[in-house]
Amino acid sequence: MDYSMSTVKDLPREEYFASGHRLCQGCPEAIIARLVTKVLGPNLIVVTPTGCLEVSTSVYPETAWKIPWIHVAFENAAAVASGVEAAIRALQRKGLKYKGRKIHVVAIAGDGGTADIGLQALSGALERGHDFVYICMDNEAYMNTGIQRSGATPLKAWTTTTPVGSKWRGKLQLKKDIPAIAAAHGIPYVAVASISHLKDFAYKVKKAAEIDGPAYIHVQAPCPTGWRFDSSKTIEVARLGVLTGMWVLYEIERGVFKVTVPVPQRRPVEDYLMLQGRFRHLTKEEIEEVQRYVDEQVEKVNKRAGYTAIGPVVRL
Amino acid sequence: MAQRMALSTNYAIAYAVKNCDVDVIAAYPITPQTTVVERLSEFVANGELDAEYIPVESEHSALSAVIGASAAGARVFTATASQGLALMHEVLFMASGMRLPIVMSIANRTLSMPLNIHNDHQDMMSSRDCGWIQIYISSAQEAHDTVIQAYRLAERLDILLPVCVCYDGYVLSHTYEPVEVRDKQKVLEYTPRVERPHVLDPDKPITMGVMALPNYTYEFKYQVVDALKRVPKALEEVDAEFADKFGVKYGLYEEYMCSDADVIMIALGAIASTARLAIDNLRSKGFRIGLFRPRLYRPIPVELWKSVLRKAKMLAIVDRAIAFGGCGGPLFSDVATMFINDSERPLMINFIAGIGGRDVTVRDLEQMGLMAFKSLEEGLKEQCIYFGVRGVDYGL
Amino acid sequence: MKALFRRLLELSELKKWFELPIGCTNIEPGSSLNNITAGWRVFTPVIDEKKCTKCYLCWAFCPENAIKIADDGFPKTDYRYCKGCGICSNECPAKAITMIRQEV
Repeated sequence: MDYSMSTVKDLPREEYFASGHRLCQGCPEAIIARLVTKVLGPNLIVVTPTGCLEVSTSVYPETAWKIPWIHVAFENAAAVASGVEAAIRALQRKGLKYKGRKIHVVAIAGDGGTADIGLQALSGALERGHDFVYICMDNEAYMNTGIQRSGATPLKAWTTTTPVGSKWRGKLQLKKDIPAIAAAHGIPYVAVASISHLKDFAYKVKKAAEIDGPAYIHVQAPCPTGWRFDSSKTIEVARLGVLTGMWVLYEIERGVFKVTVPVPQRRPVEDYLMLQGRFRHLTKEEIEEVQRYVDEQVEKVNKRAGYTAIGPVVRL
Repeated sequence: MAQRMALSTNYAIAYAVKNCDVDVIAAYPITPQTTVVERLSEFVANGELDAEYIPVESEHSALSAVIGASAAGARVFTATASQGLALMHEVLFMASGMRLPIVMSIANRTLSMPLNIHNDHQDMMSSRDCGWIQIYISSAQEAHDTVIQAYRLAERLDILLPVCVCYDGYVLSHTYEPVEVRDKQKVLEYTPRVERPHVLDPDKPITMGVMALPNYTYEFKYQVVDALKRVPKALEEVDAEFADKFGVKYGLYEEYMCSDADVIMIALGAIASTARLAIDNLRSKGFRIGLFRPRLYRPIPVELWKSVLRKAKMLAIVDRAIAFGGCGGPLFSDVATMFINDSERPLMINFIAGIGGRDVTVRDLEQMGLMAFKSLEEGLKEQCIYFGVRGVDYGL
Repeated sequence: MKALFRRLLELSELKKWFELPIGCTNIEPGSSLNNITAGWRVFTPVIDEKKCTKCYLCWAFCPENAIKIADDGFPKTDYRYCKGCGICSNECPAKAITMIRQEV
């Protein structure tokens, strides 16, 4: 299926992620899990570390997964996926199991289980070159335990461990650039996607699975509960993240950088920030500071892409 | 082809793993287990062993990777010691909870602080509650054979529990002994592949490693308790089948001169080998002393141990690990508990010795035996003796 | 008291340890379908088929897989599982979905 030319209507109809799971209303992780299993199923094994997705979809005796799925611990999704991939390879070579089939091994993890506690396992798995896909659902905090900050929480965001008070104004540090860390391992495919651009996301998932070797996809997952916005706005917030240039959708295939969703006219950052309660405390100066930071990052992206992939800010 | 070779315990284990035709090996080096994974990588590199060799980036990932591989239906192996075992502590419980037939060899080494690479049993004793089957061996040949038995035991459909083969670091791991390397064909006949019911397979999708609320968790954990109850008998059967195939039987324990002994010395691993000489020396001086070396340590086959130990008047239990702040060493606590409700039970004295690789000589063990006899005659003054610490004197 | 007895009864009706699959495994894929999440709703979506253009964005975006494509090609809400998040209504380009306050 050539996903670069398809529309949403061309997505497969078969569902491998059942209803009745306990994720919040409007949860982006449900949208991601549904899409990934739809695009790659049924010859797919999913590895999930501890997190919202794992806990809400596998409370005994209910399971939302209709494909093989394994959860072990918080920080070892990439290590378990390495083991599964190695086992499939060994058993196929010895003619004992999985004869003549391509089985995709996909690790679907949160930002906590990827950028912080899971970084070691991810780095090891990428360096060893296992043929698997690692998808990080970035909701920018440890959501499952109640919205605590992670290395992927953006600057100035409110979380329960970076609250807003007289001394602190939300998180004081910048967001970790995890796709860059993945790309530094020299793996064949790194991509950044968003659930607002489903066609682009599906295309990247398919490509990552078909490429031989490790692939890393970083997906934006706006969380209504943690980012403090109405549950109906999940996709809208994701879209604004892309349209403000704060979330650039790109891919790096064998070292070649390409912006897959160019944004000719950028929206100002407050369109994105002010939709979310976690940024409610930002003053006009702080928003301008964020705007300047985004402008700098966009310039770097454009330089890297070789043209103006992300355009200038146009205030409507 | 069976071969007789001069091998260290580490290499003996590597040869056993090779002949069991494992599919996936996760390897992370730690003294004194390093040569196991080195030799295994040589086997894979020159094609003698057809396996996926995953050079993981930490021991935590080593066990995680073999869990993933075992869940996908592969036969797996990993090895570690000391700090590595401590690092993978949380994953140990996951392996037993998920009922995966993983075999791991532990070259027992003490835990920091202070940093020390030499042997005692602190590492495995600190993780003994993890639900794994734990077998302590005391020779290179036994290590080789136990690894082979471990695969057969772990993969039995009525057991399906991971197995730890524990041996003293350096004292056993690096000491060369003559080892009969079993014939690969016969080994594979002895441990054929087993179709497990629950594996990751797109044809039969299942969810592994579920989350459970208080209403189900206890039942899942009880399944492990129940499986462990079946292990002693299963190991006896596995051992008997091994004897049929290879002519050597190990049993669940080893007893030496216990039938008429007043004092029985209990020790795990290499200390027990040395203790045999001490027993002989003391016997020649007229002391009625015997030796009991448990082989299967978890689960403890309680009735079996009691049948041997019950008749003694005093048990001299040598622990090679410290259970800080407790009532004695781990082995002592276990033996004391098994007799606690019996009206007729032997007295028990605990010796904590050999910590951090400190040598436990024949003379030391003779002295421990004499201290046990003295306590028997004059009454027990001190129950837990930290043997051999400079500056500590019990006046015994 | 009654609630306590009911809870104890519920607990004893659950499967015994030997009736569970071993290894913390769930061998019934998709059994979450037993968990009807209709009670989560405060707002309920209503799809106006006269305005619907069958773009299927609502079907693709629904986190619950609670919008199914019927035989006539129109998306239809599965009211057993819809949690009333409102994403379908917010995203519909034809504004064909309205959220009505209707608690179940």
